[in-house]
Amino acid sequence: MALSTRTQETLEAIALPVLAMTGALLLFGAFIWAGGKSPVDAWALLFKGAFGDWFSWQNSLQRAAPLMLTALCVAIPARAGLIVIGGEGALVLGGLACAGLPYLFAPPANAFGTAMLLLAAALTGAVWIALVGALRQWRGVNETISSLLLAYTAVALFKHFVEGPMRDPASLNKPSTRTLGDGLLIGGIAGTDIHWGLVFGIAACVLLGLWLFFTTSGFATRIVGGNTRAALLVGLPGARLMVGACAIGGACAGLAGGIEVAAVHTNANASLIAGLGYTGILVSFVARHNPWAVIPVAVLFGGFGAAGSLLQRRMDVPDASVMVLQGFAFLLILASEALRGKLFAPRAPKPAPTAQPTRVVTEAAT
Amino acid sequence: MSTTEIFLNVLIAVLGGAIRVGTPFLLVSLGECITEKSGRINLGLEGVLVFSAMAGFGGAYLSGNVWVGVLLAGGCGALLSLLHGLVCSLPRVNDIATGIALMLLGSGLAFYLGKPLIQPQAPQIPSLDLGAWSGSPQIRSALQINMLFPIGVALAALLAWGFKATRFGLVLRMAGDSSDAARALGYSVNGIRIAATCAGGFIAGLGGASLSLYYPGSWNEGLSSGQGLIAVALVIFARWSPWRCLGAALLFGGAGALGPALQSVGISSGYYLFNAVPYVLTLAILIWTCSPTRSLKGAPMELGVTR
Repeated sequence: MALSTRTQETLEAIALPVLAMTGALLLFGAFIWAGGKSPVDAWALLFKGAFGDWFSWQNSLQRAAPLMLTALCVAIPARAGLIVIGGEGALVLGGLACAGLPYLFAPPANAFGTAMLLLAAALTGAVWIALVGALRQWRGVNETISSLLLAYTAVALFKHFVEGPMRDPASLNKPSTRTLGDGLLIGGIAGTDIHWGLVFGIAACVLLGLWLFFTTSGFATRIVGGNTRAALLVGLPGARLMVGACAIGGACAGLAGGIEVAAVHTNANASLIAGLGYTGILVSFVARHNPWAVIPVAVLFGGFGAAGSLLQRRMDVPDASVMVLQGFAFLLILASEALRGKLFAPRAPKPAPTAQPTRVVTEAAT
Repeated sequence: MSTTEIFLNVLIAVLGGAIRVGTPFLLVSLGECITEKSGRINLGLEGVLVFSAMAGFGGAYLSGNVWVGVLLAGGCGALLSLLHGLVCSLPRVNDIATGIALMLLGSGLAFYLGKPLIQPQAPQIPSLDLGAWSGSPQIRSALQINMLFPIGVALAALLAWGFKATRFGLVLRMAGDSSDAARALGYSVNGIRIAATCAGGFIAGLGGASLSLYYPGSWNEGLSSGQGLIAVALVIFARWSPWRCLGAALLFGGAGALGPALQSVGISSGYYLFNAVPYVLTLAILIWTCSPTRSLKGAPMELGVTR
C-alpha cells in the first residue's frame, strides 16, 4: 500500500520516538536486571505509579505542568535555531521573583494579586533567557554554553537570596522565603488534586503552537531557524525574532517557577531546584520542538517522575533510576534521527507526464 | 588578625587553590581540546566527569589502591565518550544534543551506582609537598600538590607537541579543519573523531578522579556542578591551545577557590555569590573574546559551536 509522503512523515514522527522509548525501557530493564532486580517488576511499577489509577494520573499530570512550560523554553528558541538548555535558571529565578514580590509591596490577596506574581515570574524568566539570545546575536556567544552558565549563576543567586536577605527567620531547618498569603496561592481544580498550573501549561502549549504554525511572525521565526541566510535575503528581522523567541521561552520557564512556588511549595526554597528545567530539554527533543506534541510527552515524563518514588520505595533502588531511564531515552531518541526517512520503503516516483497534447494534435492532423 | 594578614592569607589560599581546584579543569579542558580539534564537541564531558569521579572513588575504595581508581576513572570516561563518538557518527545526529543526553545519562548512572559510596572513605591520591621549605602552615598547605597536576602539565606539553609535530596530530587537525581533505587522503573522518572523543574522555576521566580522590576528596552528588561545561567554554577561551588550557585552568581554579578561601578567614556573607564567580567569569570571558563577525582564531573550521 502506498502511503502519501505526508502520512509517511507523520507516521515516522510518531513511530521513531515510540521505538526509541521502547528501546530505552528495554535498556532500563537490562540495567535493573544487572543490579539483581526483576525488570518486569520495574516496568509494572513504572506503569502503575505513572498511569495505574486516577491517583497516579493526578500525580503525573501535576508533575507534567512545569515540564510543559520548561519544554517550551527549549522548543520555541529551537524553532528560531537556538539550542537553549538553561531553562532551569529561568525557572528558579521566576520562582524567586514570585516569592519576592510581596517583599516589595503587598499585592491584593486575590486572583489579581496572583496574576501579578505570575507576571513577575514570567518577566524575570523572559529577561534571563532573552539575555542568552542577545549575547548570541550581538556577541556571537554560543547560546548552549551561555544559557547553562547562566543557569548555574541563577541557582547561586537563588541560594544567596533564600538563605540570606530573603530568608524567613521562622524557617529553621530548611531555609525558605516568607510563605505567600492564602489569597495569593493557586488552588486546585475542583474535585481533583491537580492545581490550575496544568491549565496554564496546556494553554501555553496550545497558544504557542497556534502562533508558530498559523501566524506570520511564527512562520518568520521558523524561517529564521530553518535557514538564516534565506531569512536575511527576504529581509526578516532575524535578530528581533531570535531574541523574541528566547524571551517567550524564558517567560514560559519563569512562569513554571512561579506556578511551582504559588501552587506547590507556597514559598521559595531549595526544593525548587529539582532539575525540572533539564527534564524539559528532553521533553522538547522528544516532541521534536513541536509545542502541541509537548503536551503528551510532558505527561509521559511527568508520569515517570511520579513513578520514580514508587520504584524507589518498593524495589529499593536509588531515586536516580528515573534519571537513568531518561538518559537512555534521550540518547536513543537522538540516535533514532538516523533512521528518519528510512523507516518506509521509498515511494516509486510518479511516471513523468507524457507528451499527450502533441499526440492529440498529430491525430487531429491525420 | 590584621587586614593585611587576612588579605595575604586569602591570596595564598587562592593561589594554592588555583592548582588544587584547577587540576580537574586542566584535565577536562585538555580532553575537550583533543575532541574539539577533531571537529566534534563533547558537552557530555560534564556527565563523564561525574561518572568517572564515582567510578574512580568506587575503584579506589573497593581495591584499596588509589591508582586502580584513577585508571578505572579514565577507562570509564573513555567508555562513556566512546558512546558519544559512536552516536554522533550516525547520520543527522547533532553532537550538541547528544552531549546534553550524555550529561543526563552520565549523572544518572553515577547517582544510581554511587548511592552506596556516599559514606565511606577511599584512599586518596598522594600529594607532592613542595612547601616543605616554608615555616608558614598556609604556604605549606597551599603548595601541597595533587599528583595529577604534574601529569596534567606533562599531558599539556605532550599534546602541544603532538598536535604540531606528529602525524597523528596532523591527521587530527585535518579532520577538524577540513573533513573533505581528510576523506580525500583516505582517512576515515568518523574513525578519527571517535578515537579523539574516546581519548579526550579518558583524560577527562582523570579529572573526575581528581575530584573524588583529591579535592574535595569524597563522592557526593553535587561534586561537579558544571565544571565539565566550564571546561568547554575554557577551551574556547584558550583558543584550542593545550598550553593556554593550563593558564585558563589555573585562572578558573583560583576563581573557584575564592569562596572557600574567604570563608576560611571568616567572611561568609555572600558565600553562594562567590561560588558563582567561575560561571560569571567564564561568561564574561566568552562575551569578551567572541565576536559575531569572525570565527575565532585557531578554531577548528568544522566545529559547529564557533561558527
